[in-house]
Amino acid sequence: MAFFEVKNLSIYFGGLVALDGISFTLNQGEIYAIIGPNGAGKTTLFNCINGIYHPSHGDILFKGQSIRGKKPDKVARMGIARTFQNIELFNNMNTMENIMLGRHLRMKTGLFRGAFLWGKRSFAGLEEVAHRRKVEEIIDFLDLQSSRNKLVGGLPYGTQKQIELARALALEPELLLLDEPCAGMNAEEKQDMIFWVKDVQDELGVTVLLIEHDMQMVMDISDRILVINFGRPITEGTPSEVQRHPEVLKAYLGENEGVCAA
Amino acid sequence: MDMKRDYYEDIQLFSSGVVIFWFVAMMVFLAVVPFIFKNYYIYVINFMAINVIVVLGLNLLVGYTGLISLGHAGFFAIGAYGTVVLITQAHLPFLLALLVAGLIAAIFGFLLGLPALRLEGPYLAIATLGFGVTVTQVIGKIKILGERQGLHAPDLIIGPWHFDTDKDFYFLLIPIAIILAFAARNITKTKVGRAFISIRDAEIAAETMGVNLTFYKTLAFALSAFYAGIGGGLYAFVLRFIEPELFSLSLSIMFLTMAVVGGLGSMMGPIAGACLLSWLDLQLRNILDIPYLGEWLRSLSQSYFSLTGVSNIQYIVFGGILLFIMLFEPLGIFGIWIRTKKYWKTWPF
Repeated sequence: MAFFEVKNLSIYFGGLVALDGISFTLNQGEIYAIIGPNGAGKTTLFNCINGIYHPSHGDILFKGQSIRGKKPDKVARMGIARTFQNIELFNNMNTMENIMLGRHLRMKTGLFRGAFLWGKRSFAGLEEVAHRRKVEEIIDFLDLQSSRNKLVGGLPYGTQKQIELARALALEPELLLLDEPCAGMNAEEKQDMIFWVKDVQDELGVTVLLIEHDMQMVMDISDRILVINFGRPITEGTPSEVQRHPEVLKAYLGENEGVCAA
Repeated sequence: MDMKRDYYEDIQLFSSGVVIFWFVAMMVFLAVVPFIFKNYYIYVINFMAINVIVVLGLNLLVGYTGLISLGHAGFFAIGAYGTVVLITQAHLPFLLALLVAGLIAAIFGFLLGLPALRLEGPYLAIATLGFGVTVTQVIGKIKILGERQGLHAPDLIIGPWHFDTDKDFYFLLIPIAIILAFAARNITKTKVGRAFISIRDAEIAAETMGVNLTFYKTLAFALSAFYAGIGGGLYAFVLRFIEPELFSLSLSIMFLTMAVVGGLGSMMGPIAGACLLSWLDLQLRNILDIPYLGEWLRSLSQSYFSLTGVSNIQYIVFGGILLFIMLFEPLGIFGIWIRTKKYWKTWPF
């Protein structure tokens, strides 16, 4: 049984074929990258896995169980977390509270126990403190101490991306979907992000499914790569195999080399 | 500075001595009010407390969860009629009747929350508006609810105590309002409140982090309706007489105005907004009795507007305040407070 498997996945929006027969398998603990030109369907694929879109054909299996058609919160409950290409943070909460939301599924305080937060020793008080301690570990891990109590809306772009990663990690996922974690970052931030994603794999043992345009990052850290274009898979393989593949060069650099040279 | 700090600091109620001081001062003030003020002012404060309760609930829905309701007068009416009928027909004791009526309102809130899963913005406003109007229409047709003639509230008895005067009501209303205010504040600081805020700020991200939208959106509606129901139940006794006309659309809009003027998504803002507008509402009804100004307004109204124009002047003033807040201070009274605080902290720079 594969850890995570996408089988012949297709999705149509009206007449538009966004994904057409995508299949791949993830082994536990690896970093698997999906690359492709803009509009190739990478984020659509993530949205299908997450349950935001409902695929037209095919199946998605996580640890042998189909997650196709499940609602996003049920998918999260199974241990799949993600970050977004266009930052989707809770702008009016501070960093701590944003990451605390990642603990949502692991907390038990309901309406009543929450409403009667009378002191440190109450159930809600104890639980809040315990989870804040856990979040503090993640804040330490990702070096976010300086923005701990600031509203995330006003933080720099790179930091916001980091907080998204932190929030996803707070879920303690088994599978982490990263949608362009390095987009729009400067060289230094990019290096840090590469380092952290590698750490997530090594230290936390999380399997990572990565979408990225930054080839340096992709080639550095991925164990295997899937290339898609116009919703169709082109090739799959290790970074060095993919780099040499003629179809990949065609998709990225165009067909007629003469035009480029001129 | 002490670097080793406790995580409980982040969520504790009294974050500093200053806060404790003001809280104690406020409590002392509230405790002596009935002994130093005239009866009319106690009535005004009771009226404020009821509006505070409703607006606290409305703020959880509109300010924290980012949904809208123009039908809160409906929940308010359900609470008011529910409490009265449960006491007169089912002979429940007052506090139990109030709680049950609040829960009935919550059930209606849950049901109204279901379409909210698919509707947004203006569409949701229209759906909730329809609900509010329907409730009063239906109540006007039901015999045990007194149809259009209305109902008299029975005597308010809790155990050995009879609540007759405004002063008596004061000692009932203020503790309930304080308890509900603390409950609302605590909810916003714990798991459920964070889920509400996450839905308001980034719905898709909230969903992918495991927040069940169906559950939390309907919960927000139910909770908000519960507050409105409790407020309504108390209102019936403060007024002693209820009729469908009282729970009109303008009341729903008034609740929303209080929340917006106070500052959505904050705790103290809506409380201040509810107090300010309740006070204005009662004062402006008597504006024609003010010497000179009253006469001038009357002649102005009679020569340019309708004869009854001035009797509803409070709505004109509220409309004006709402416009002013929207244009110049979107965060409401809370926003003004934040800026004032900042100004004095950094004064003279």
